[in-house]
Amino acid sequence: MKFTKKYFLFVFLVAVCSLVACSDDDSDGENNPSNNFDRSQMLNNWADNLIIPSYQNFVAETNALKSASDAFLTETNAENLANLRTAWETAYVVWQTVEMYDIGPARDLVLRSFVNTYPTNAANINSLIEEQNYNLADPNLNDEQGFPALDYLLFGLAESDAEILNRFDNDFNGEKYRQYLTDVVDRIDFLSNQVLAEWQNGYRDVFVQNSGTSANSSTNRMANVFMEFYEVRLRNGKIGFPAGVYSGGEPQPTRVEAFYKKDLSKVLAIEALQAHRAFFNGNAINADTTAESFADYLDFLDTIKNGENLSSLINDQYEVSISNINELNDSFYNQINTNNNSMLEAFEDLQDNVVFLKSDMFSALSIALEFDSGDGD
Amino acid sequence: MKNNFLTYLATPVKAAPLAVFRVLFGLLMLYTTLRFVMQGWVDKYYIEPQFHFKYWGFEFVESLGVYTYILYAIALLAALGIMLGFKYRWSALLFFLSFTYCELIDKTYYLNHYYFVSIISFLLIFLPANAYFSIDAKYDKNIAFTKLPRYNILIVQLMLSIVYFYAGLAKINSEWLLNAMPLKIWLPSRYDLPLLGDLFQLEWMHYVMSWSGMLYDISIPFLLFYKRTRVLAFILVVVFHIMTRVLFPIGIFPYVMICSTLIFFDASFHEKVIAFFKKLFRFQWKQQPAVLEWTPNLKNKALATFFILFFSFQLLFPFRYMLYPDELFWTEEGYRFSWRVMLMEKGGYVQFKVVDPSTGQWFYVENQEFLTEYQQKQMRIQADFILQFAHFLEAYYQEKGIANPEIYVNSFIALNGRLSKPYINPKTDLTKVKDTWLHKDWILPFNEKIYGF
Repeated sequence: MKFTKKYFLFVFLVAVCSLVACSDDDSDGENNPSNNFDRSQMLNNWADNLIIPSYQNFVAETNALKSASDAFLTETNAENLANLRTAWETAYVVWQTVEMYDIGPARDLVLRSFVNTYPTNAANINSLIEEQNYNLADPNLNDEQGFPALDYLLFGLAESDAEILNRFDNDFNGEKYRQYLTDVVDRIDFLSNQVLAEWQNGYRDVFVQNSGTSANSSTNRMANVFMEFYEVRLRNGKIGFPAGVYSGGEPQPTRVEAFYKKDLSKVLAIEALQAHRAFFNGNAINADTTAESFADYLDFLDTIKNGENLSSLINDQYEVSISNINELNDSFYNQINTNNNSMLEAFEDLQDNVVFLKSDMFSALSIALEFDSGDGD
Repeated sequence: MKNNFLTYLATPVKAAPLAVFRVLFGLLMLYTTLRFVMQGWVDKYYIEPQFHFKYWGFEFVESLGVYTYILYAIALLAALGIMLGFKYRWSALLFFLSFTYCELIDKTYYLNHYYFVSIISFLLIFLPANAYFSIDAKYDKNIAFTKLPRYNILIVQLMLSIVYFYAGLAKINSEWLLNAMPLKIWLPSRYDLPLLGDLFQLEWMHYVMSWSGMLYDISIPFLLFYKRTRVLAFILVVVFHIMTRVLFPIGIFPYVMICSTLIFFDASFHEKVIAFFKKLFRFQWKQQPAVLEWTPNLKNKALATFFILFFSFQLLFPFRYMLYPDELFWTEEGYRFSWRVMLMEKGGYVQFKVVDPSTGQWFYVENQEFLTEYQQKQMRIQADFILQFAHFLEAYYQEKGIANPEIYVNSFIALNGRLSKPYINPKTDLTKVKDTWLHKDWILPFNEKIYGF
């Protein structure tokens, strides 16, 4: 075994020499990334400046929605209906900024499915109201509740506002409608408060401390829900499905978000896209600051790539999508019925960023596109 | 000269190295089979998916559904048989068949080290690895030998050498050596490793790792064969594989390689290992010295011919990529079964468009309706997967009532940190294309040159 010692010494010396030699080369190296990108700083920024403030805003709006609903039920008149509708609209818009965070408490509570599954099932809602034997915690009732159900209750129950008011305010079955409205609003309010409370009491630290690089680390999970939200909820849900992209060329305009309100679908889409962009860039929600984000991470890693800067390519493409979607009719329903080609173009614009995000960004960040993927090579 | 060489191959040497190799290989296969089942991967990979990507020529290999577990049970028992040397030839045969069958179900899960396991278990069928320190040898004196013709050990050593040397050759290219790609992408993402995490942020470190990885792979077979460098080589083997284990999720492969390279050591070392095993399990049995002589009978000649053909194939097959135009890393024509490990970071995106020519109507396909995430990930970056899925879609939509669907693909690939480039020709109707061994001219040109092997 005397060879072993000699060889070990040899290997050790070579290793030390090469380290020293290379360190000398490095002393003037300006193009080397000078310091480490700290993923846990990024997680801190996400949790404290984006996710939790977004939920705080959302909870403020769901609480306001509940107050407006209570007021409407106490005094059912046109003015309170208008106030309730406004509260619904505001809360629905703010929902777009938290829908992306399908992680931790929101995922455990299946928040997204309960709060925003559309198209809503109006026929079922009517029969639930009639029979009054429902429990909204039943996952099968996800398309009879949430914002889309309120969309139906507040805008789609009847042709005129007077008739809608009459549904809630008649001696025959008004009480049943009032009960259903209360239950739907309460459930949104309960779930949103629950998710915020869990983020504030414990989950925030769990999230931030899981800063490793495994498939289950917060960065990887967040990257995956970030991508899934963009591809499935935003591109497909808001634009692709209604425009018939996946359904044999037959547009399905009744699948737009906020179908009964009609002129809100564009606002919701833009809001969601802007929230996605803000998350990408790490823009704080309630303040005008920016901190560690995917964009910074890409910039940090960009020293290894020549050519164009990926984060600015992605931001340019966000810009293109937002301005082209802004050109669409406020009501995607009308847009599809008058000129669906513009919808299809908007789809393609969103699509272009899928390539940058999913192919380039994930590859650059070396993030696996799924959890628990077995062994590598 | 020729006779000298033949004498060298036939010279009886101690059987202990092969016996230890058999025990360790069986043990690791036992563990990997068990691990695969416990991780729920049988379910996830072979039972749940509604569609499987087939290897060319092995389209008949179907998933057995829940009965796939029976295959794993067989593999498990067979691995045990290999380890103990019990009904050894049958065990090796059954292990090879069951393990390889599972691998052939779906090429999504292709890994070089699974291919390596298949090859080794295949070779074991033809090697008398149960001649020593085995249950078979204890009960059947006719097959019990303490010395075997040297070629039996050389075969395993040669196979291991091919794996390393070819993996090293594959690293001699401009991406790996001149750009330190893809380590430049992978290493910085492991910032959280103690000590190394910080080093991995430094560019020179990526070059050091790339170059030393290449030099390691290419020289390790020689260092292992040469007695004076053997111990050093083994230290390098351990360090290198522990490193890969820390850096990448590669399961038990590092341990397989570490244990396998022990076969290069002298028999005296293996005798000690066996003595240790015997002591550990209070296994008292002394095998009588017996020598298996090589005689030029028909069986041995046939076996020799078989090994020559086998290794000729192993030496030539990885070079088939040279017969294809365009860049290997881009088209991946001739990429698999060639010991090309961890050479590329690829991200991709692929969207299928189905057109009904009778109405002109079109729609996009939601890949996740048919494929698991793992399958989608592999499909995004490999043309043969894309084509197979297109043919699956053709059949699916024919059944749905579109008589002659046309299927087009919009796809992009980001290779080793380059920006995404279009991959498949979006004007090619993939229903009109057959999967062959010819160059896939519906892959758009890479328009760049990567130099080297």
